[in-house]
Amino acid sequence: MFSPPPNPEWLAGAALVWLGLWALNVGLAGSAFGRTAAGRAAVPALFGIAVLVLWEGVVRGYVVSQVILPAPSVIGAKLATELPTLWGDFVQTILKGALPGFLIGCGAAVATAIAIDRSPFLQRGLLPIGNFVAALPIVGLAPILVMWFGFDWQSKAALVVVMVFFPVLVNMVAGLQASERMQRDLMATWGASYWQSLLKLRLPAAMPFLFNGLKIASTLALIGAIVAEFFGSPIYGMGFRISTEVGRLGLDMVWATIAVAAIAGSAFYGLIALIERGVTFWHPSQRH
Amino acid sequence: MTRALPVLTVLAGIVVLWYLGAVWLNSAWVHAQAERAGTTVAFGEMVALTMAQERPLLPPPHQVAGELWEGVAGHPVTSRRSLIYHGFVTFQGTMMGFALGIVIGVALAMSIVRFRVMEMSVMPWAIISQTVPIVALAPMILVLANQLGVEGRDLPKAVIAAYLSFFPVLVSMVKGLRNPDQMQLDLLRTYGASEAQTFRKLRIPASMPYFFASLKVAIAAALVGTIVGELPTGAIEGLGARMLIGSQFGEPLIMWAALVAAAILAGMLILAVGALEGGVRRRMGGTNV
Repeated sequence: MFSPPPNPEWLAGAALVWLGLWALNVGLAGSAFGRTAAGRAAVPALFGIAVLVLWEGVVRGYVVSQVILPAPSVIGAKLATELPTLWGDFVQTILKGALPGFLIGCGAAVATAIAIDRSPFLQRGLLPIGNFVAALPIVGLAPILVMWFGFDWQSKAALVVVMVFFPVLVNMVAGLQASERMQRDLMATWGASYWQSLLKLRLPAAMPFLFNGLKIASTLALIGAIVAEFFGSPIYGMGFRISTEVGRLGLDMVWATIAVAAIAGSAFYGLIALIERGVTFWHPSQRH
Repeated sequence: MTRALPVLTVLAGIVVLWYLGAVWLNSAWVHAQAERAGTTVAFGEMVALTMAQERPLLPPPHQVAGELWEGVAGHPVTSRRSLIYHGFVTFQGTMMGFALGIVIGVALAMSIVRFRVMEMSVMPWAIISQTVPIVALAPMILVLANQLGVEGRDLPKAVIAAYLSFFPVLVSMVKGLRNPDQMQLDLLRTYGASEAQTFRKLRIPASMPYFFASLKVAIAAALVGTIVGELPTGAIEGLGARMLIGSQFGEPLIMWAALVAAAILAGMLILAVGALEGGVRRRMGGTNV
């Protein structure tokens, strides 16, 4: 392990690039440019590039075997050539499994929260249980749901529904209680009905909490959809691809699938954050 | 009592729904059996039969409780059939991952609070890291560890658990370490305190409430990570492996018992962290927040 690397020039080059980019980043972070929007995006981007360069350099410098760690360039090439397969997996896992499950689960959670909104008794009962269930390893339900709903996307969506339901429910119930006493009294003096006060005051006030829950749910949705595929799936899907390619030591394909998963997960999260900024523009956390 | 009553009511409701679901889901099998035998079953008979199947679609609560009791008390703790044994394996993995997650989370948070360049470079990637479904990485971490000559599954499991649990610690600690206001920081500067002293005497004590709040989230995340680490690629020990075995051999009772055992373990871990928090708070001279 500690013998000299067979290709030291790759290693040295990568280390130099790393040091250069790091020095540049230190400079950028301290400069006025680092406080602009472009600077805020440039610094993490440079850090990401530096990590990729170092990775490439280490793999080439030490001639690391493909079955241990493929270089980023190899993964990129695989990503480009296997695009149709990866797209098929993406459709199966994300669009058919995670997305419907996410929508149904979050919709059901919000509806439940509003339904129990008028009963403090039910809220006091559901909230501790919801909090507890939200902390449980619900992914363990995967084999049971695959047994119930079959191998195709239905079982994946079902697992996602169960996984996202409780975090969103807990956040939404908390959110519906977030409006202040004074504001609610004001609605009452205007003679607002329960539904008017719900629509115009308490639902908007609940939005920051709801989006908190949705962000947690977005990552859970991807985890659920992929784990459920480990317990049985058709011959496509990201979880299926990962488990079969690991078995064949096709690690470049595994990494390519992970890259797709990472991009999909970040895009999903980013989309929710974007909608949040539009919906809760009035909240202090959104003012910059 | 005012707090327990609603919770108990909801719990009772869940149990009732569970029984109804069990009757509904398991009745198909009873009817199929009766049809094959050329007989019909009355409703009461059918309900009785759905309660005691060998391989029910949804086992009723008392069957799960029975299986759980047998798994906990029916075998010596060293037996492979004992849920205590498997629970302990999972517990060990959870604690390793939890400890690793705390170390990584706290170390990153300290360097992020100390160096602006770290905050700008690393923080966005820490957020992105959590949008990557870790389970996608799980099988590969196992292969990687294997290729590098790491024996057993402990390390890969801990890595997955740490990956999930470092993030809540990181976020809370960044908030907590920034908790002291400018006046307090200025005071320490007038004392001529070094950066290390500022951390030790002001920032770290001030961050404790945030730290413990994050630990509860982190330990639950570590448990999920450990179980996920046990699920794929044929593990033989741990609650996750029990679920896998139940799934592969078509034994729903084993799956459900392992699931309930995992839930109990989660509850105990969260309670333990809460107790630890109370103890530290008292020793630091704090009052109930």
